[in-house]
Amino acid sequence: MTENVKTNFFSQAWLVLLLAICFGAMLAGMQIALGPTIEANKVNETLERVPEMVFGADRARELADREQAVDVTPLTVGVDKAGKTVRYSVFEAKTDGQLAGWVTKTAGQGYADKIEMLIGFDPQVEKITGIFVLDQKETPGLGNKIVTDEWRSQFVAKSTGQSLAAVKGKAKAGNEIDAITGATISSKAVTDIINTAVVDLREPLITKAKGM
Amino acid sequence: MADQPTSLERFVQGILPENPVFRQLLGLCPTLAVTNNMKSAITMTGAVLFVLFCANVITSLIRNLLKPHLRIVIFTLTIATFVTIADRFLAAYLYQMSKTLGPYIPLIIVNCIIICRCEVCASKQGVITAGADAIGQSIGFGIALSAIAAVREILGTGMFFEIRVLPAAWPDWVVMVLPPGAFLTFGLLIGLVNWYEGFRAQKAGKIEG
Repeated sequence: MTENVKTNFFSQAWLVLLLAICFGAMLAGMQIALGPTIEANKVNETLERVPEMVFGADRARELADREQAVDVTPLTVGVDKAGKTVRYSVFEAKTDGQLAGWVTKTAGQGYADKIEMLIGFDPQVEKITGIFVLDQKETPGLGNKIVTDEWRSQFVAKSTGQSLAAVKGKAKAGNEIDAITGATISSKAVTDIINTAVVDLREPLITKAKGM
Repeated sequence: MADQPTSLERFVQGILPENPVFRQLLGLCPTLAVTNNMKSAITMTGAVLFVLFCANVITSLIRNLLKPHLRIVIFTLTIATFVTIADRFLAAYLYQMSKTLGPYIPLIIVNCIIICRCEVCASKQGVITAGADAIGQSIGFGIALSAIAAVREILGTGMFFEIRVLPAAWPDWVVMVLPPGAFLTFGLLIGLVNWYEGFRAQKAGKIEG
């Protein structure tokens, strides 16, 4: 009787098992074939932006045309904050062996979801050299304007000495940014992300720059 | 089996008479979620076509081995495999699109259209019919998605395939790109399709009468 149930069990399920093995093998093959490309896509998305963040779009293109290489070294900077260590992924950009600037990848809460962005600094971390939004799910037509070149360009050359503020209407003071109409929360989220990153990274990066 | 539709009938039925979205009201999650621009709609259709075709063909090939109480397990297993392949493929070669579509590609696994076609057609009919059915249903799905996406993208952003078609003076109806726009457009289009069907039925009735 037990024998019967056993064979019965297999005769019922053999197709499921066989298919599971075949499909599993197929997926494993797929992962081996495409895994590296997918990983490279993720890394490139960030790395490709580094020259633009440090030099601005025009000069970055110029450098690329002259085939002047920008050496990008990824680092991890740990910052102790309230007993916890926050890790930042930082990219060090060098041209001809000279430190040209820093780019950090950071994220924070936006209006709808996490906003993931890149922030570029000059070597002494005195100024912001550019920002780029890698990933956002802000409201289409309003908050998602944070990705536009026009809005992002406001951040270029802002001093890191004062924290940035997004204001409604026209920005007057040096540390003010025009908030996007109808998307004050998204605008503030971006400035908050930048302010946090500046506070956390200024000292460690200055120390690193001196050590070179 | 004599009363089962032929390959050609299956193919044609999927496109309009049994359109998966407008007539069967299946697969509404991607229909509402990824139709705010044409590019996403087309990519989604491509992914569904690939998954549906592969799942239908495999199911049809093993239809005589299926045990009735284990068939859903096998359908799900097959669908999940091909969805994963589609998802990885997009991540490797269309990275930005894969990020835009986000979870909606993996969610094809629970898309009713596919499991419905496996059950209704592929588990009962031959490979060629199952393949034709998959292509027909996918074209129907594509037409529905494109129709909604075209309306939403043009009214919502003034663009079509990211190319400006309306004059710059057009005040973009942002609501069309947002979720409510999906419901509005979808509702109006279903209304239109039903009105047309009713109109046709009435006309046919008159001729017969």
